[in-house]
Amino acid sequence: MSIGAAARQNCLTANDWICGEYLRTRSEELTEATVQHVWITVASVLIGVLVAFPLALLARARPGFAGPVLGLTTLLYTIPSLAMFSLLLPVFGLSAALVVTGLVLYSLTILVRNILAGLAAVPAEVREAARGMGYGSWRLFREVELPLALPALMAGLRIATVSTIALTTVGALVGKGGLGNLIDEGVQTTFKAQVLTASVLCVLLAVVADLLLLGAQRLLTPWTRVPKAAAGRKRSPLPGFPGSRSPRIPAAGEGA
Amino acid sequence: MGVLADAWTWLATGSHWSGESGVWNRLGEHVYVSGAALAVAAAIALPLAFWLGHIGRGGALAVNISNAGRAIPVFAVLALLMLTPLRSEGYLPTIIALVLFAVPPLLTNAHVGMREVDRSVVEAARGMGMSGWQVFRQVELPLAYPLLMTGIRSAAVQVVATATIASMVGQGGLGRIITAGFATYNTPQVVAGALLAALLALVVEAVLIVVDRLAGPGAARRRVRRGAARPAPSGAGA
Repeated sequence: MSIGAAARQNCLTANDWICGEYLRTRSEELTEATVQHVWITVASVLIGVLVAFPLALLARARPGFAGPVLGLTTLLYTIPSLAMFSLLLPVFGLSAALVVTGLVLYSLTILVRNILAGLAAVPAEVREAARGMGYGSWRLFREVELPLALPALMAGLRIATVSTIALTTVGALVGKGGLGNLIDEGVQTTFKAQVLTASVLCVLLAVVADLLLLGAQRLLTPWTRVPKAAAGRKRSPLPGFPGSRSPRIPAAGEGA
Repeated sequence: MGVLADAWTWLATGSHWSGESGVWNRLGEHVYVSGAALAVAAAIALPLAFWLGHIGRGGALAVNISNAGRAIPVFAVLALLMLTPLRSEGYLPTIIALVLFAVPPLLTNAHVGMREVDRSVVEAARGMGMSGWQVFRQVELPLAYPLLMTGIRSAAVQVVATATIASMVGQGGLGRIITAGFATYNTPQVVAGALLAALLALVVEAVLIVVDRLAGPGAARRRVRRGAARPAPSGAGA
């Protein structure tokens, strides 16, 4: 046995924080947990968008619904994640559906608010002009309002995705937490390399997802990239983070 | 509905409320840990946000920190801290993790509140010869107050909600009732603990709203407004 192999072996027995041998021997387990983490996040955010859109449109069309819809989604946000997963337990049992449902409920707060804010920010004169040009309400929505609301919508999607990735770890409570499972197991057995590796992977996932969504947003909204000359005269229409509206909303991310 | 009835029976049993793992003790731990974390986070975030807001810098920084805050998996931070020597320091790991989590929303809301103050009002105050400290005390802070309170409220509720996670690494708090129920396959106890945790978060939200209504600087204004027939709209849309 070479000295190198012995040293690598030692980092597992010495319980080092950083251990290449751990990565090598447990890569299958790590991949499996990451895949579970990704699909739980993707499923939660996708279902969240599918539910949030009709809710936001309903709240916009019938202002009487806006208060209850916003109030209810905000109320859901105050429920602790551990409690949320536990309260859903009698309904779903120990399943991934339980974690996904909880995460969908949390994502609604951010998504509904941002979709509403985005649609509300469409200038009235733009809407009028489109109507004057004979746009029906569906075409107005699809070709004018939706594209203009896209920056706020994408900002909401980014926040929802990133906080969902963080929250998924709590699903370890019921054994469906993706990387959270490895963190949980690592704490029980005081296995440092496993806890650190899974935590870092979790943060990396959030960063990668955020960058991917940012890239998608740029592709979908080419008009927001103001030419340099114009940008010099006037500030970019999206100063910094397009969701600069969100800090004002009393529902910041409940990470976990 | 059977589970809820069982959970109610669990809650109505007096012996579940007393002792080291009883509801009262867990509630006390929860309030202590959340309160300490919130106080430390406010002591760090608010002066920094006020100062940056006052000198008019760091807007992008505040937003970036806020976004990073959402990406922090508190469970992971807590788990990492529990594998360091800090694990024998009682509730310190939980408090540190919660502080990391609470600073971003506090910082961002306070900063945005300061920056939303009408610049012309600040300029007018300076023109009247107010010092930087006077402008901050008498103009910026009162006008930033509503957003500041919103930030404190959301941070407080999130901290109380998130403190339940401490139980997943064996620390105390209301979450412990839930995880203990999981360990013993006692679903009524799990649901009872979840109800208690959710209830506490809602109570904290409600208490802060009431305190704000009664004691905030807006309270006097609202009382006057109720008496006056038609108040002149305030310049800085506070």
